[in-house]
Amino acid sequence: MATEPENLEQLVNRRYKHGFVTDIASEGLPPGLDEDVVRAISAIKQEPEFLLEWRLRAYRLWREMAEPDWAHVHYPKIDYDAISYYSAPKSDKDRPKSLDEVDPKLLETYDKLGIPLHERAKLAGVAVDAVFDSVSVATTFKKKLADAGVIFCSFSEAVREHPELVRKYLGSVVPQRDNFFAALNSAVFSDGSFVYIPKGVRCPMELSTYFRINAANTGQFERTLIVADEGSHVSYLEGCTAPMRDENQLHAAVVELVALKDAEIKYSTVQNWYPGDEEGRGGIYNFVTKRGDCRGANSKISWTQVETGSAITWKYPSCILRGDNSVGEFYSVAVANNYQQADTGTKMIHIGRNTRSTIVSKGISAGKAQNAYRGLVRVMPQAEGARNHTQCDSLLIGKECGAHTFPYMEIRNPTAKVEHEATTSKISADQLFYCRQRGIAEEDAVNMIVNGFCKEVFNELPMEFAVEAQALLNVSLEGAVG
Amino acid sequence: MLDIKDLHAAIGGNEILRGLSLAVGAGEVHAIMGPNGSGKSTLAQVIAGHEDYEVTSGSVQYEGRDLLELAPEERAREGIFLGFQYPVEIPGVNNAYLLKAAVNAKRQHEGKDEIDAFEFLKLAREKMAALGMDPKFLNRGVNEGFSGGEKKRNEILQMAMLEPKLAVLDETDSGLDIDALKAVAEGVNALRSPERAIVLVTHYQRLLDYIEPDRVHVLSEGRIVRSGDKSLALELEEKGYEWVREAANA
Ligand SMILES: Nc1ncnc2c1ncn2[C@@H]1O[C@H](COP(=O)(O)OP(=O)(O)OP(=O)(O)O)[C@@H](O)[C@H]1O
Ligand SMILES: [Mg+2]
Repeated sequence: MATEPENLEQLVNRRYKHGFVTDIASEGLPPGLDEDVVRAISAIKQEPEFLLEWRLRAYRLWREMAEPDWAHVHYPKIDYDAISYYSAPKSDKDRPKSLDEVDPKLLETYDKLGIPLHERAKLAGVAVDAVFDSVSVATTFKKKLADAGVIFCSFSEAVREHPELVRKYLGSVVPQRDNFFAALNSAVFSDGSFVYIPKGVRCPMELSTYFRINAANTGQFERTLIVADEGSHVSYLEGCTAPMRDENQLHAAVVELVALKDAEIKYSTVQNWYPGDEEGRGGIYNFVTKRGDCRGANSKISWTQVETGSAITWKYPSCILRGDNSVGEFYSVAVANNYQQADTGTKMIHIGRNTRSTIVSKGISAGKAQNAYRGLVRVMPQAEGARNHTQCDSLLIGKECGAHTFPYMEIRNPTAKVEHEATTSKISADQLFYCRQRGIAEEDAVNMIVNGFCKEVFNELPMEFAVEAQALLNVSLEGAVG
Repeated sequence: MLDIKDLHAAIGGNEILRGLSLAVGAGEVHAIMGPNGSGKSTLAQVIAGHEDYEVTSGSVQYEGRDLLELAPEERAREGIFLGFQYPVEIPGVNNAYLLKAAVNAKRQHEGKDEIDAFEFLKLAREKMAALGMDPKFLNRGVNEGFSGGEKKRNEILQMAMLEPKLAVLDETDSGLDIDALKAVAEGVNALRSPERAIVLVTHYQRLLDYIEPDRVHVLSEGRIVRSGDKSLALELEEKGYEWVREAANA
């Protein structure tokens, strides 16, 4: 039996009866957030002292912070005391026994996306005994990574197995006090992914959350940390094109990337949280802090994202270009349909000399949706020769939607070259008629035009992901016209 | 093949076609001429099914069926092709992609398999060579940044790939240089067959030097005011539209 961490005893004496850990582990915590809850989470996860202290500090900072209200989104006030910050893993008893018990509409979507049968079961949360082929796949996968010296595991496992790495890098890119949601995440994060690529290693395969071992139930406060040591290279895929439902409405994840000298990280996301029904009811609020630190010279971090889900998305994957000659990239497609609200963009902070950044943002709005791009390019006084190119395109489908662009530039070095281009276009009736006259159905024509509009971004995605992303976009915009 | 009877059509509340009748049989080539604003493009759009145009009365039969019942894409799949007077640009959509989607939409409708990618490219290159088009145009956005003449050639390329039963070409000859005009005419002549019909909307006799029409019609103020054989076009060139209008009003 594992020895109980020291903080456990203190905790027991504070609020809960003896044996609470097992109770909580199977029943979850009651709603509400205070220091005891933070201690309880840390205790359940048997975390070392430093991490508990880290969480507590975050909690204290969070308590003093106000929820941001500047994003171009509107939602009813979130009651943070109504949320349970630790929910027990679902027992098989509570899950659907087979696909027959799953919402047919969800299955229909899986079908349209061409998701293989065995994956559908997993996605829909069906209790499956045998973990199908992925066991063997995962095993081979794990061996290959181990041979290369790559660490890829759940965050909890990393805390147990590699505490020195976690301690060194956790919060070094997104500090606890960074923003309201990051502070909250830091205090109560449940689990997530950890990646470490050793010096000079080119990760032998694309790392996908799908193959992450022990991935169960990362919950609503996910934490990801990726460290690419000097001269290493990794491509990481996050998310999944299948619509993800979750009873937790609020999601506040934090992703930190660290690229040391000559290292390169490519981070691709396809996110498809449940956006709510046509009236916007029941969708996920997705408030994410994603940031990459090009810490060493000649390092590179590239974000590519395709966002179609969530009722509300608030997300700005950013790059801190600290190392000389480092490169930051942001390629994004954000789709908002029906009552969805998206407020996304990026920040490129140029600190090192000759740092370069590229921003390509494609926003698609349909239905009654509002889509906002918010981007900041900051060139610090010491960033001699910094360059940025921003391309920001909006596509409107229908008359009731909106696109908003908020580019901010703070240029404090006269040698910097910063370019910004923005376009707004509509899918015109003439374009649709032209396609239809060639025998192409209206919906297919819309898809064709939308995919054309997004091509620059799709080209940045790994091949298979790009195909899925395209299918996803088509499904998301179904019924957008007419 | 196409039988239009007493057709009235309006756009934005203005009646443009005012009792137009026209019958085009299989194997025939008809030319439609007439002054600017007389309703030639309107007629073409109504045949293709543009929803901004409201058909207020009259009928259009195509191969014995009520054409007005069909959605634009259904008409296209049934073999109706419109060469647009002003082909629209669709930035970002690959020209080859649209072409292939169009070919496949039709094939699917006919119960055939999708065209093999290799076969498609081979066919497209062949047709482009015949039209004097650089294969590079396949990889550009649909009509994106094309010159006027290039757009028209692209229309003919699409027509050649789709092999329609009824092709309506709305001023496809306008803005073409002499080589392009010949290429377009060859494209149209290659399509001529006893099963197909072609309607050419044009302002110029010179197209008709290359494509000899069976019938020539003059459209004025939403009606066909005069029809004849190819000599009518020559006569028009000589005397102008005033002559037909006077004749019609007389
Ligand atoms: N949306 C609209 N609202 C009102 N009038 C319209 C509209 N669209 C077209 N028209 C009118 O319909 C008439 C016929 O137009 P059409 O394009 O059919 O002419 P055309 O014979 O093709 O002329 P051209 O030789 O110049 O191509 C014109 O007078 C035009 O101004
Ligand atoms: Mg016209």
